[in-house]
Amino acid sequence: MARFGMAIDTRTCVGCMDCVVACKTENQVPEGFNRDWIAYEAVGKFPTIHMEIRSERCNHCDNPPCVTCCPTGASHVEELGQIVLVTPNACIGCKACLASCPYDARFVHPDGYADKCTFCDHRVREGKDPACVSVCPTHCFTFGDLDDPNSEISRTLVSRSAHPLLAAAGTKPRIFYLD
Amino acid sequence: MPELDMTRANEMVDPYLHVWGWEIPVYLFLGGWVAGMMIITGYFLLGGRHTRRSPLLSALPGVGLVLLSLGMLALFLDLEHKRYVWRLYTTFEWTSPMSWGSWILLIVYPVLILTWLVRPPVLLEDLSQTVERLSLALQARRPVARALGITSMVVGIALGIYTGVLLSSLGARPLWNSGALGVLFLASGMSAAAAFAHLVTPALDERALMVRIDNVVLAAELGILALFLMGLLAGSAPHIDAATLFLGGPYTAPFWVLVVGLGIVTPLVIQILAARHVIQHTPIAPIMVMAGGLALRWVIVSAGQFSHWAHGALRIHQP
Amino acid sequence: MDPLSRRRFLQISAATVGASAAAGGVAQLVGQIAGEASPATGVRTVPTFCDICFWKCSAIAYVRDGKLWKIEGNPEDPLSRGRLCPRGTGGVGAHYDTDRLKAPLLRTKSRGEDAWAQVTWDEALSYVADRMQRIKQQYGPEAVALFSHGLGGNFLKHTLKAYGSPNIAAPSFAQCRGPREVGFSLTFGEEVGSPERTDIRHSQCLVLIGSHLGENMHNTQVQEFGEAIANGASIIVVDPRFSVAAGKAKYYLPIRPGTDIALLLAWMNVIVSEGLYDKEYVAQYGFGFEAFAAEISPFTPEWAFPETGLEPALIRDSAREMAKHKPATLVHPGRHVTWYGDDSQRSRAIALLNALMGSWGRKGGFYTPASMDVPAYPYPPYPKSEKGKVDNPGGKYPYALETVATGIREATLTGQPYPIKGWMTYATNLMMALPNEAETIKAVQQLDLMVVVDVIPGEMAGWADVVLPESVYLERYDDLNVEVFREPFVALRQPVVPSPHDQKANWWIARELATKLGLESFYPWKTIEEYLDYRLSAAGLSLAQLKQTGIVKGAPQPIYFADGVPAEFPTASGKIEFYSTELRDKGFDPVPKYRKPADPPPGYFRLLFGRAPVHSFGRTQTNPILHEMMSENEVWVNADIAARLGLADDVRVRLRNQDGAVSGRVKVKVTERIRPDSVYMVHGFGHSAVRLKRAFGKGASDSQLITRYETDPLMGGTGMNVNFVTIEAEV
Ligand SMILES: Nc1nc2c(c(=O)[nH]1)N[C@H]1C(S)=C(S)[C@@H](COP(=O)(O)OP(=O)(O)OC[C@H]3O[C@@H](n4cnc5c(=O)[nH]c(N)nc54)[C@H](O)[C@@H]3O)O[C@H]1N2
Ligand SMILES: Nc1nc2c(c(=O)[nH]1)N[C@H]1C(S)=C(S)[C@@H](COP(=O)(O)OP(=O)(O)OC[C@H]3O[C@@H](n4cnc5c(=O)[nH]c(N)nc54)[C@H](O)[C@@H]3O)O[C@H]1N2
Ligand code: SF4
Ligand code: SF4
Ligand code: SF4
Ligand code: SF4
Ligand code: SF4
Ligand SMILES: [Mo]
Repeated sequence: MARFGMAIDTRTCVGCMDCVVACKTENQVPEGFNRDWIAYEAVGKFPTIHMEIRSERCNHCDNPPCVTCCPTGASHVEELGQIVLVTPNACIGCKACLASCPYDARFVHPDGYADKCTFCDHRVREGKDPACVSVCPTHCFTFGDLDDPNSEISRTLVSRSAHPLLAAAGTKPRIFYLD
Repeated sequence: MPELDMTRANEMVDPYLHVWGWEIPVYLFLGGWVAGMMIITGYFLLGGRHTRRSPLLSALPGVGLVLLSLGMLALFLDLEHKRYVWRLYTTFEWTSPMSWGSWILLIVYPVLILTWLVRPPVLLEDLSQTVERLSLALQARRPVARALGITSMVVGIALGIYTGVLLSSLGARPLWNSGALGVLFLASGMSAAAAFAHLVTPALDERALMVRIDNVVLAAELGILALFLMGLLAGSAPHIDAATLFLGGPYTAPFWVLVVGLGIVTPLVIQILAARHVIQHTPIAPIMVMAGGLALRWVIVSAGQFSHWAHGALRIHQP
Repeated sequence: MDPLSRRRFLQISAATVGASAAAGGVAQLVGQIAGEASPATGVRTVPTFCDICFWKCSAIAYVRDGKLWKIEGNPEDPLSRGRLCPRGTGGVGAHYDTDRLKAPLLRTKSRGEDAWAQVTWDEALSYVADRMQRIKQQYGPEAVALFSHGLGGNFLKHTLKAYGSPNIAAPSFAQCRGPREVGFSLTFGEEVGSPERTDIRHSQCLVLIGSHLGENMHNTQVQEFGEAIANGASIIVVDPRFSVAAGKAKYYLPIRPGTDIALLLAWMNVIVSEGLYDKEYVAQYGFGFEAFAAEISPFTPEWAFPETGLEPALIRDSAREMAKHKPATLVHPGRHVTWYGDDSQRSRAIALLNALMGSWGRKGGFYTPASMDVPAYPYPPYPKSEKGKVDNPGGKYPYALETVATGIREATLTGQPYPIKGWMTYATNLMMALPNEAETIKAVQQLDLMVVVDVIPGEMAGWADVVLPESVYLERYDDLNVEVFREPFVALRQPVVPSPHDQKANWWIARELATKLGLESFYPWKTIEEYLDYRLSAAGLSLAQLKQTGIVKGAPQPIYFADGVPAEFPTASGKIEFYSTELRDKGFDPVPKYRKPADPPPGYFRLLFGRAPVHSFGRTQTNPILHEMMSENEVWVNADIAARLGLADDVRVRLRNQDGAVSGRVKVKVTERIRPDSVYMVHGFGHSAVRLKRAFGKGASDSQLITRYETDPLMGGTGMNVNFVTIEAEV
């Protein structure tokens, strides 16, 4: 069974937010909310600075507390690529999943249900890449099946060193940042 | 310290999580309080108190029904997608404390009602023949009363612990990552219930007993709080960060003054002196205990949302 | 249908209800998601090209249930290669912008006052035509000037030429690329041009002097920048600010602002003295190398150190790194290069460094672009103006290759060499684009006619007599884009959705105005389709075809010397001019010389400015999507300085410049990413036009603080990085 994940190249990411804008228009993300966002992290003292820029979103964790804590099953792991999704009309808006996510990747949609990155499952079902992936001007993203050793993402993760975010939180995130 | 700029600015989530305001603390407090009352009720039934007149037995389950309903109202008010609330009862999600909780609450109601019927208020008996007949029947059957007592205690303990586990199961908030939380909220609920009991009961023996129980539990609470903090300090960097929210951090004052000082230590001292007949019994102390219980839930809930796995103070700054 | 996907279908239809009801925001603005389970329903795609900046990426717009939904890059397009930049992706917001101009406006009170009457197009254009005729009778047609930026203005330019005025300018020369084109033509005999002929994709060593690719989002440039990084090219970045690009650099040179020529001389000194340059190339194509070598011999890294603040070792190492990768070493010519007034010479120094690397005409350096032959429309000849252009009297700027916008402003103020009485602006906000706003306002006050063609009521519109609302690019046809690029192609802009109100396309406005001016003969075509089809047919193509594909590519051409491009250098000497006798004869430095820039007075910081990836100049701040991405700018202050001044993150301050000009309230960004002697702002914010509701008063405007500028003696460019500011905490 496929297990979708992302490898995002911090070397080529310029923090342009194209991935954020694309998500906005593709998914009609309401004003004031973001399913993905950019983190610019600069360490050091001028002029000796190391900067890492990351495009962040729900990590579609292998061990997703947002799913286990959900009292209604609205938060669930979809069969398609084990994408973590929310069923809006099963969601009571208790916000336990927001509190359970170490990445603060979720928000409450103005209509009252928990919302977040869907890995653009509606596009993936049509064999397209997620909107953010296909728009990135510097081709930062590799999206694919982590369980398939021959997939581009698996090969990339073998050939290059990468780190996930907040591994210590123990949710087994499926988004990896290439160093 | 890294310079971290983040473009995310989601309502209720940024710059730090604040999804739960007053409703959830109130819900957890009332839940714990009712749990305490059920335990006391159960204890009385086991002890066969129902065979004599017992103002508490006639009061607590009834009050419990009211408080529990208020608690559930608070929870309901907090829901963002209210018209789907029924979804809670179309499934049981065994990994979700919230799901457990919502089902436990369903059991709590009948238990409260039944235990209440063992020694209902005179008023109720006068109102309806059936109530009177039922209660007489129950009083007559000792094993039934004992069974009810045990159930009431068990369900009460479950309810009390649940109010803490609800938070401690949310691993994303280091402050809540502590097994102590369940016991802490149980104890706090117990002390609130005992305090309420000796505040309201006219029966001197009941009052004396309740004050004694209250003092023991309050003392225990101090111990649990100590364990809670020590546990965090023994943990990883984010847990230590979380503990420091109470040890110099932004939540230091509310925690030590409201929760520990006014909510536990002061009333404990007053009640010990009262128990030793050094001073007059005063309603102030139990009221402080109950207020302290609410303060505890509020401080833990809001400080917990403030605590985060991303170690080190972040400078989040939205373009 | 398997149960899972059915389940998904149910939840999507629920989400749909959600999106449709979503409170305000883009969801509401951009219409609704209809039955995503079968996305085909009601989705229509229209190829066109983007106009959020002047890069002209080809795109495909998606219309869902009659509403503009999203826009993606056209995979066939060599510029976008199927991916737009964030501004282009957010371009749909231009259509939904609630601050848009809706109908023609006529001023009812004196200039600058916000008092307007809504009029019909006929009234508005008759008013303009009538005033233009009067000006023509009194002062001649030259007295009306047109400022027009971008391809959209082609038809208005045509009308003005037909009317008889040669005074047509854009801020993209004297306020932008001008010095670069001069520096490079003087060296190689050819301009860099736009899109830049830089082969970033293949360069093994990319040197960025200021050029802040990644913040500067010219799409192809950034895409190729990404490719270069991925290919492991060494990046060398010279910038007083730790830019995004600096974060990718092997060598980062935190230069003291305004001293780049010193660095360039030192680099060339190292490369020549160590014999690291491409000897064959220089011998074969170079002119005056010995004289050049002699000129630069004193300028060692040790000499440059006190000027630039850069360690000699760092200068040497980076110079050797460049040499290691030659000829695939690309010293980027930059684009917005009007910094200090010595910019043509700095650009020439950059050209010379490239010459030493032998990168011109070579893979990984500068390629030779090609274009398709799409004949112009055969118009009758324009009337000849005996007065000539007004911007450069007596050719005082011998290398003003294009009209100098600020020259027209000067003439308007002085009436010399002849009076200018009418201004028309198309897609340019001179209040933000030209230095010293006060001078622009004074000039406008001299006019008998001020016409603004725009899409939003910006600062310039505020000073107009007549404001003409144009349709945004997604709602109109424009002239063809016959691109000069690595691969030649022609692209079509066509309407995707109708204009929401009484806005009109430039071609229609220009044609109507011409008709009212009695210049029908210059518009033999009736409709734009007729015009476009004529031109395309002449090129063996058709409008029908372009409407389908949006773009047609020409046959690939050789682009390097190696594959057959003749190595010709149309300079005075016919060679690469290391030493320019031409410049010497005109009294300029034949080899660039370094002049010390003024230091900031005590307590002052040099004001630097640049781009943010999600905005174009001052034109996108009211775009609801892009505004949400970045709603205001910030002033970058070095962390140590901030500590000294007691400034914390996000506190609001005002900047006051050396002449007392004060900025709007702006947030402080305390950062290690900038030199202590400079502050930095993103250009385009701090709008003062009240009708820009979404953008008004948000952030600060660098333009308001640029009261001083250094004019480039070669071409009249306005160096704008010469202003100093103090930081005043808000009380
Ligand atoms: N997103 C976005 N992209 C754009 C545009 C836009 O509006 N928005 N506009 C487009 C246009 S028309 C142009 S011309 C380009 C402009 O883009 P560029 O040509 O890259 O503009 P510059 O002003 O050269 O670059 C500004 C950088 O120069 C640095 N700098 C300032 N002073 C000095 C100095 O003395 N020496 C050195 N070495 N560096 C210095 C600043 O710190 C800043 O990082 O961007 C294009 N791309
Ligand atoms: N202080 C300062 N000045 C600068 C610069 C800087 O960085 N700082 N940058 C310089 C550079 S590099 C350049 S290229 C110039 C750019 O200068 P301009 O080309 O003047 O750019 P903007 O100031 O954005 O003005 C663009 C105007 O066009 C309008 N517009 C947008 N779309 C349309 C349309 O479809 N039709 C019509 N009719 N109008 C439209 C916008 O509303 C806006 O009023 O500025 C230069 N001046
Ligand atoms: S689009 Fe690509 S480069 Fe731009 S911020 Fe997103 S990931 Fe980074
Ligand atoms: S990132 Fe957060 S929301 Fe996404 S799967 Fe992991 S825990 Fe759940
Ligand atoms: S908010 Fe909705 S999705 Fe999240 S836990 Fe509660 S019910 Fe589940
Ligand atoms: S995958 Fe889709 S939903 Fe997730 S961030 Fe990217 S665009 Fe948004
Ligand atoms: S670079 Fe961006 S804004 Fe400019 S034309 Fe291309 S997509 Fe549009
Ligand atoms: Mo420019």
